Amino acid sequence: MNFARVREKIAFILLGATMLIIVLPILLIIWYIVSNGAGAVTWEFITQPPRNGMKQGGIMPAIVGTIILITGTMAFSLPLGILSAIYLVEYAKDNFFTRLIKLSIVNLSGIPSIVYGLFGFTLFVVYCKFGASILAGALTLAIMSLPVIITATKEALEAVPQSFREISLSLGATKWQTIRNCVLPYAIPGILTGTVLSLSRAAGETAPILFTVAAFYLPRLPHSLFDQVMAMPYHLYVISTQVPNMPLKLSFATGFVLIMVVFLMNLVSIVLRAHFRKKKQW
Amino acid sequence: MSPGKISEYIIESLIKLSGLIIVGFVILIFLFLFRDAVSLFGGYSPGAFLFGRNWLPISEPPQFGILPLLIGSVYVTAGAIIICVPLGVAAAMYIAEVAPKSLKHILKSLIEILASIPSVVLGFIGIVWLGPFLKNTFGLTTGMCGLTGSLLLAFMAMPTIISISEDALVSVPRTFKEAAYGLGATKWQMLWRVMLPSAASGIIAGIMLGIGRVIGETMVVMMVTGNAPVIPESILQPLRTLTATIAGEMGETVSGSEHYYALFAVGLALFIITFIINLIADISLQKARK
Repeated sequence: MNFARVREKIAFILLGATMLIIVLPILLIIWYIVSNGAGAVTWEFITQPPRNGMKQGGIMPAIVGTIILITGTMAFSLPLGILSAIYLVEYAKDNFFTRLIKLSIVNLSGIPSIVYGLFGFTLFVVYCKFGASILAGALTLAIMSLPVIITATKEALEAVPQSFREISLSLGATKWQTIRNCVLPYAIPGILTGTVLSLSRAAGETAPILFTVAAFYLPRLPHSLFDQVMAMPYHLYVISTQVPNMPLKLSFATGFVLIMVVFLMNLVSIVLRAHFRKKKQW
Repeated sequence: MSPGKISEYIIESLIKLSGLIIVGFVILIFLFLFRDAVSLFGGYSPGAFLFGRNWLPISEPPQFGILPLLIGSVYVTAGAIIICVPLGVAAAMYIAEVAPKSLKHILKSLIEILASIPSVVLGFIGIVWLGPFLKNTFGLTTGMCGLTGSLLLAFMAMPTIISISEDALVSVPRTFKEAAYGLGATKWQMLWRVMLPSAASGIIAGIMLGIGRVIGETMVVMMVTGNAPVIPESILQPLRTLTATIAGEMGETVSGSEHYYALFAVGLALFIITFIINLIADISLQKARK
């Protein structure tokens, strides 16, 4: 064996070892949460509000709050995200305005989540007088989710072959008819995958909802869009830092439910992607 | 005009409008941060804000020196980047060239799982496990310090760095590789001397995006770095970052007070820092595509 081969062998072993250093903690973290949390998740934990200074009972209002927030986020960000991606792919010319939009998307995707929280607070809570409310929180999360949805939709639209558009246009269809009937249907899987992914991220975010919607303790469910709600990530933050003598079992259980929700959404997006990829015919 | 034409006109206007709205959001975010941040400088000098060594918002008179927070952020970020860049790039090299195909998919899914773990869960793990573990292992005075934050943030930035570096490595033209093999290079020589340099701008973009992610991360640092707004002497001391200051103090301020405006000034500083970092990342990505 020559020197170069020996060096190659050593290098590859080191690379593999590095991979192990990264992968092991991931598995460890998940195992740690699951093994400590899964046992504490009972029917009561999921369906009951917290009791006795949150040291007993369940997290039902936080689960419902997170679901409401995610739905609200989707309602705002999905139409806007898809429309602006359509603009970028199908309508935009290569000019200053287009570059400005692209730069804006890059910028939006880089803004720290706490800065979104500040912005949502000053614009929606204070300036628009929504108060700390579902509306303010969902709008804040929606703006934060936009870049991922736009990027995913853009990629999905660009992956539709140009010939689909040319044939439709040559048959006399208008531009919008072409987009609606010959482009969007084939882009839907990619759009869905990106949307679910961005929503799973929004579900786990704490910083943007700190001052815009999240309630410390609110056992009753909201009645309108202008009510506050509890949310799972914020609840986990509260019980692990602000409540003295909190039983660890409940914190683990909350963490477990939170990552299960997020993983489930990721799984949905992975299955969707695989399912549609199989059906793809070109 | 026929009804079909009218609805087409409406939908096309909406599409164009939505592009405008995206730009509008960025301008709105900047304006609203700027408006409240500038209010601070009516009574407080910008120099004292930027170079002040004390962040004492509720003392009399209050001091809003951003330096301890900025240094806190830099310490934690530098620590995280030193840990995750070598690991992340090596992992990307492993996934791109060394791992067998079946393992590749598993590894990529694991990295995606890591990316999806909410930061508050990592913060919680820092409190109940990593912090105490570091404290006992290294005999620190407290586990709630910069290092704990850096370690967790290194893992948060890992998916970004790995996936973008891997993309960059995979998109190195085949002809480059074939030329190297043709000259008798081993796979490792090819990977180290040919692929890595040609993927450099993509990898730099990944690192910049990773840095942006780490600087902007809030919950983990607020939960595990000890929240002490003093200039730290080492990464083993409790410190506090820009993000954690906003998150921790916003709830206690009176709207319209000097303290309130100071937090917006911190937010504006963060906005500008991340904007520059992302701009650099975007430029190197563009370069990598060519």
